[in-house]
Amino acid sequence: MKLKRFSYPYLLWLGIFVAIPLVLVLYFAFTTGDSQNFGEFQFSLDNFKRFFTPIYMKVLIRSVNLAFISTVITLILGYPMALIISKEKPSKRNMMILMFVIPMWMNFLLRTYAWLTLLGRNGLINTLITKIGLKPLDLMYNDKAVLLGMVYNFLPFMVLPIFSVLTKIDQGLIEAAEDLGASRIQTFIKVIFPLSISGVITGITMVFVPAMSTFVISSLLGGNKSSLIGNIIEQQFRYTGDWHFGSSMSIILMIFILITMGLTSKFDKDKEGGGGLW
Amino acid sequence: MTKKGLALLLVFVLLGTLALTGCGDDTPSINVYNWGDYIDMDVIRQFEKEYGIKVRYDTFATNEDLYVKLKQGGSSYDVIFPSDYMIERMTREDLLVKLDKGNIPNMSKIDEKFLNRDYDPGNEYSVPYMWGTVGIIYNKTMIDKPLTSWADLWNEEYKGQIIMLNSQRDSLAVALKKLGFSMNTRNIDELEAAKEELVRQKPLVDAYLGDDIKGVIVAGDAAIGVVWSGDAVAMIRDNPDLEYVIPSEGTNLWFDAMVIPKNAKNKEGAEKFIDFMTRPDISAKNTEYIGYSTPIPEAKELLTDEIKNSLVAYPTDEMIENTEIFKDPTDIIGEYDRIWTELTSEQ
Repeated sequence: MKLKRFSYPYLLWLGIFVAIPLVLVLYFAFTTGDSQNFGEFQFSLDNFKRFFTPIYMKVLIRSVNLAFISTVITLILGYPMALIISKEKPSKRNMMILMFVIPMWMNFLLRTYAWLTLLGRNGLINTLITKIGLKPLDLMYNDKAVLLGMVYNFLPFMVLPIFSVLTKIDQGLIEAAEDLGASRIQTFIKVIFPLSISGVITGITMVFVPAMSTFVISSLLGGNKSSLIGNIIEQQFRYTGDWHFGSSMSIILMIFILITMGLTSKFDKDKEGGGGLW
Repeated sequence: MTKKGLALLLVFVLLGTLALTGCGDDTPSINVYNWGDYIDMDVIRQFEKEYGIKVRYDTFATNEDLYVKLKQGGSSYDVIFPSDYMIERMTREDLLVKLDKGNIPNMSKIDEKFLNRDYDPGNEYSVPYMWGTVGIIYNKTMIDKPLTSWADLWNEEYKGQIIMLNSQRDSLAVALKKLGFSMNTRNIDELEAAKEELVRQKPLVDAYLGDDIKGVIVAGDAAIGVVWSGDAVAMIRDNPDLEYVIPSEGTNLWFDAMVIPKNAKNKEGAEKFIDFMTRPDISAKNTEYIGYSTPIPEAKELLTDEIKNSLVAYPTDEMIENTEIFKDPTDIIGEYDRIWTELTSEQ
């Protein structure tokens, strides 16, 4: 129990930076009034009523949709990548992971900005395309660009957890499957994949959650033409000044994410990884 | 060290990081809060040297950001740079102090036509810093006939070439002006009509952008954009193919001015700073650097011929006859928000 003392600073930290803000968001969500005058708030469910109208539902569905597609794409791209890396010799493996992680040392905003110069009408990609005699493409300011930005930014969050689970799989189990006559595909389906589920679920959570709440990517690469739920929340806090409505949308977003995590963790028999929350 | 001591130390380190602000020495200082990239930093150093007052300089991105920060109270600034309609709101909410004009003698250098405007009658609270218009900038190599009006932004020919401002108020103002309404209208029918116009325009719009509009237009990634005149000056400097026009339906005339918030700690220093910023040579230096337009004729005379004679930065009185200054929209901001959300929730 001596170690318990060490937890006090962390409790304090959690209190100041997690608990109090959460309570504030909850408080704002269930009240209305002038957001800058604390004394004059009144209890109200209007913010939630306002959210469940077609216009905001449309935005929510769009956000879920894009987050879902980008999660599926990162999984399809990321799993084989993690598998390939995990099969390499440790020295080469670390090198590959390092190369994967290095871009993340750079600021997220900068990396997204870099895509602007690649995708623009006079950007690098279109310059190459016109050089070989083809017509330039409209690559920027649409949903495809937003998806690309999400997949690019969140791919490492899918690869790393899957990779770390894959490297821990007991090689004996794989050899046993092969000894017993399983083909490589059978070994993968029956042994490797089920054992890596916890990594997959952590990966899905770590991609879906930020993809669902992002507002930077849709703003920079989507040109603000179609809002995601994150953009609408930002709008409430920064321009309209309706912190109450912004907070209630944040609560709804949190509930949504918790439900998704609950659903995915149902597939995790070991109750590891992201499912550990439940 | 015992474990208990270590735990305590950790707590102190934590609290220490939270309480780092507030220490300081006896040198007088002022806190200045300005728009990003809206000053020549040399000017700050010069002020510190001449007056022996240290300047702590922070920047904000929108009037609304500034308002929230001021209203929340946590920080105290001595000089801030809100725009016209925000000054109106801050005055109404009693957030500003009256200036002691005796301490700002350079105020007499400001052109009469920029003083005594509706947002601050008699300039009791504010001293204009920069001014300008909103207009259309376009690339002459990509658009073959001259653009003259807001209605040109609804021309099907320019599909995918138009960049609008990612700002509820400014984009609505464009649509309202196109329809011949006041940009300060509080009439819901007129606002609805403007929304319909924006929805109709949306398929033609390449993107709604903020500051990144400059890079996109300069690089030729899009041909037409809605911009502030000061940005236009800087953009034309980078790409001479660009042309700026004040649309015929009329546009927004705006001012950014210096004011002193109620909770300022060093009002005297703040007034010295405002006076310094209004000195013609200093104003000229800032103008030269940021590209926006100075309200001080003597400062304008110090600029290069190219800027001084630019109709982008210094339109004739006739060109800005048909302009409106934004009024405080606080009571109708919910409508703006609804309209903008409806616009951006469309695919």
